[in-house]
Amino acid sequence: MNAIASRRSFLTGAALTIGFVLPGKRARARTLRPVLQPNAFVSVHGDNSVVIIAKHVEFGQGPATGVATIIADEMDAAWEQVTVLFAAANDPLYKNLFFGTMGVGGSTAIRESWDQMRMAGAAARAMLVEAAAQRWGVPVGEVTVAKGIVSAGSRKATFGELAEAASQLPVPQNPVPKTAGRYVYIGKHVPKVDSIAKTNGTAKFTQDVRLPGMVHVAVRRPPAFGATVRKVEEAAARAISGVLDVKLVPSGVAVYARDTWTAQRGAAALEVDWDLSKAETRSSERMFAEHSAAVRSPGVEVEAAGDVAAALGRAAKRIDATFYFPFLAHAPMETMDYVVEKKGEGIEVYAGSQFQVGEMRAMCGAAGVPFEQSRLVQHYAGGSFGRRATPVMFDGVEAAACARAYGFAAPVKVVASRENDLTGGWYRPLTVHRVQAGIDSAGNISGWDQVAAARSVTKGTPMESPQVRKGIDTGMVEGSNDTSQYAITDFRLGHHLMDTGVPGLWWRSVGHTTTAFVKETMIDELLELGGKDPLEGRLALLKHDRARTVLRKAAEMAASAKPPKKGRARGVAVHESFDTFVAQVAEVSVGADGLPKVHKVWCAVDCGIAVNPDIIRAQMEGGIGYGLGHALYAELVLGEGGVVQQTNFDSYRSLRIGEMPDIEVAIIASTEKPSGVGEPGLPPIAPAVANAWRRLTGKPVRRLPFAHGDNA
Amino acid sequence: MATTFQLNGKSATFDGDPEMPLLWVLRDHLGLTGTKYGCGIAQCGACTVHLDGKNRRSCVTPVGTIAGRSVTTIEGVTGKTAEAVKAAWVKIDVPQCGFCQSGQVMSAIGLLTAKPRPTDADIDHGMAGNICRCATYVRIRQAIKDAAGVKGARA
Repeated sequence: MNAIASRRSFLTGAALTIGFVLPGKRARARTLRPVLQPNAFVSVHGDNSVVIIAKHVEFGQGPATGVATIIADEMDAAWEQVTVLFAAANDPLYKNLFFGTMGVGGSTAIRESWDQMRMAGAAARAMLVEAAAQRWGVPVGEVTVAKGIVSAGSRKATFGELAEAASQLPVPQNPVPKTAGRYVYIGKHVPKVDSIAKTNGTAKFTQDVRLPGMVHVAVRRPPAFGATVRKVEEAAARAISGVLDVKLVPSGVAVYARDTWTAQRGAAALEVDWDLSKAETRSSERMFAEHSAAVRSPGVEVEAAGDVAAALGRAAKRIDATFYFPFLAHAPMETMDYVVEKKGEGIEVYAGSQFQVGEMRAMCGAAGVPFEQSRLVQHYAGGSFGRRATPVMFDGVEAAACARAYGFAAPVKVVASRENDLTGGWYRPLTVHRVQAGIDSAGNISGWDQVAAARSVTKGTPMESPQVRKGIDTGMVEGSNDTSQYAITDFRLGHHLMDTGVPGLWWRSVGHTTTAFVKETMIDELLELGGKDPLEGRLALLKHDRARTVLRKAAEMAASAKPPKKGRARGVAVHESFDTFVAQVAEVSVGADGLPKVHKVWCAVDCGIAVNPDIIRAQMEGGIGYGLGHALYAELVLGEGGVVQQTNFDSYRSLRIGEMPDIEVAIIASTEKPSGVGEPGLPPIAPAVANAWRRLTGKPVRRLPFAHGDNA
Repeated sequence: MATTFQLNGKSATFDGDPEMPLLWVLRDHLGLTGTKYGCGIAQCGACTVHLDGKNRRSCVTPVGTIAGRSVTTIEGVTGKTAEAVKAAWVKIDVPQCGFCQSGQVMSAIGLLTAKPRPTDADIDHGMAGNICRCATYVRIRQAIKDAAGVKGARA
């Protein structure tokens, strides 16, 4: 339990290091006076409440409920006595154990904290049990705990009644967590801690923060990436009643106003002369051409086995396919937003921050104030899908710059318009893959030569990995065959790191969004070319038992349903990402609009121990919906001059309810450590649909989205 | 110029530009932040309120056009249908990030008020204007059916 700080380190801090109350089922405000606080994650209070600190931002994937489930289970607390709060920005206490700093990403929330949370809960439980044993003069072994009641024989006490005595005991350094058979919440259903507040409108997002005297800010951003302000004519903006000020900031021109609407009108009314001399002015079409040219050559070798050239040379049949993936925006429902207020020597920041400490440090740098004197008031975030994780903390820095440019004369609230959100970059990079693969006369795969071209998402940022300097961004090619997936004797993967001036970013499941599509559609075609069954053929080639298990399960679920009606076909895909294995079967017909209509998806997932099965199901549903919507409809296109063509949800088309398939999810029972579920539901859906589409129409899908028009 | 209207059963007045969309009057001037901004062009439905009992996108409704009319927001919506919808939402944990859900709940209440026993096609149509980027649609559909006491899966 190396990560739980010593008791002293946080009790000597500023009271309890509390960020913000999750207004869940216990919404009342409280003054937090912990009586028993064995570590930074759990405390017991005089009113018998158990307060659990969530160190991960909550933007829908359920970690707040997840960590509470683990700790409450280890303590045998009653679910009703649990309150969850967000942690303060404090790396020594709350760092992500994989990252070394606070934050979440790569579906790590439960993966990285599973042992830490179990130990945190087990320590609290052990102290309560010891206190009861001492009070009652019985051996520890005779004390039991259930639903928040500690008992021995006929004697009973609540956590609240024992907390004071327990707090006098030493904190056990090596508490023993439960064995799986004794779980009371893990693997069962608990109500999510935030469902009520998120249903009745009381959940507080950053967009909802209102401070006395607060000024609203809208930023006019450049029309092309990398353009800068040459000259601003402010008169028309300042003439609008309610516009208070106009300031230059590094990201554009900030308009300060009494309300959001007025700020947005002011920003639109500015007449800006932009300097385009350093701007990215290439169109998507031109970038696709350049990426396509790049994949004609081998690129930097990422992975190789056997002799690809020889295997392809002796192949009886070959496929040479080039795949095109557009820029995609994350478009979380809540656009990026921050409230920044000067407080003493530092700033107070209201945000749904994904990398709490890194973002606060960057914002303090932009504001010119010390991090140590500043505070994050963490809020719910209305989705991220990667968007809140820019390596340079772009949006927080913009907000801090807006506050500073205003001289900190008032608290400022900076809310991105949807137009700024969609045209502002931080996209999944435009990507092209080429695969040359063959089969031999027996129908077995004989060579697989793959080359990917995409820009890096971390190059030149503080998060740049050493790999990037070798010409590889592993995030862009992950899932091609690395962790994965099929036993292919003669294999080569090459990568061209492209340079574009369009800021790139991790997008839900990152490289897997393109690599799973390429791998799973190609394998489907190759199996068919070799006269093999898509299910049996995959089972024979998959390297990992867990991949075979989910594939068999998804196939069984589909097989036990009614056979597809006339005019429908099924496609399958299986993929491992973030240590989680997912297989999906999609049943598809040709819709009235000429695009795939997906009726049903059978999904099997193995994510190790299932902490919250219903959250896992929800994440599979959400991953499928998010993946499907983008695969069918979404692309951001840079037109001539590098101007983004899609500005709002009228042109950046999102999945809507009538386009959502029915989904059946099976979770494979497992004793492996929990792995992530926020992203792994996404990669298989697009190839599963494409494989069904090829069976329906005879046309392989080489370009996404389907709506682009090359596939119908 | 002042505009007076009924807001969650009480009289409310906004003294400002009558062109300002109701959304921003609610959020920035009257302090009702349950109604959300998501797009500003009536494409996402996060801003859905009831105007005289019917679904309305507040982001494209100039406040000057609703003088004397009755607005209900997520903070003030009550009644049997509203309670049934909210209970159904919580029962099956519909929300993920939650940001669109005020609008989803308001649209669902509006839908069930107009069609107490909706078909799948009614749900598709009635909820088509509400985007959920987390794609909680499977559960939204189920919760609407549960609230309406309608059974059955889609073919």
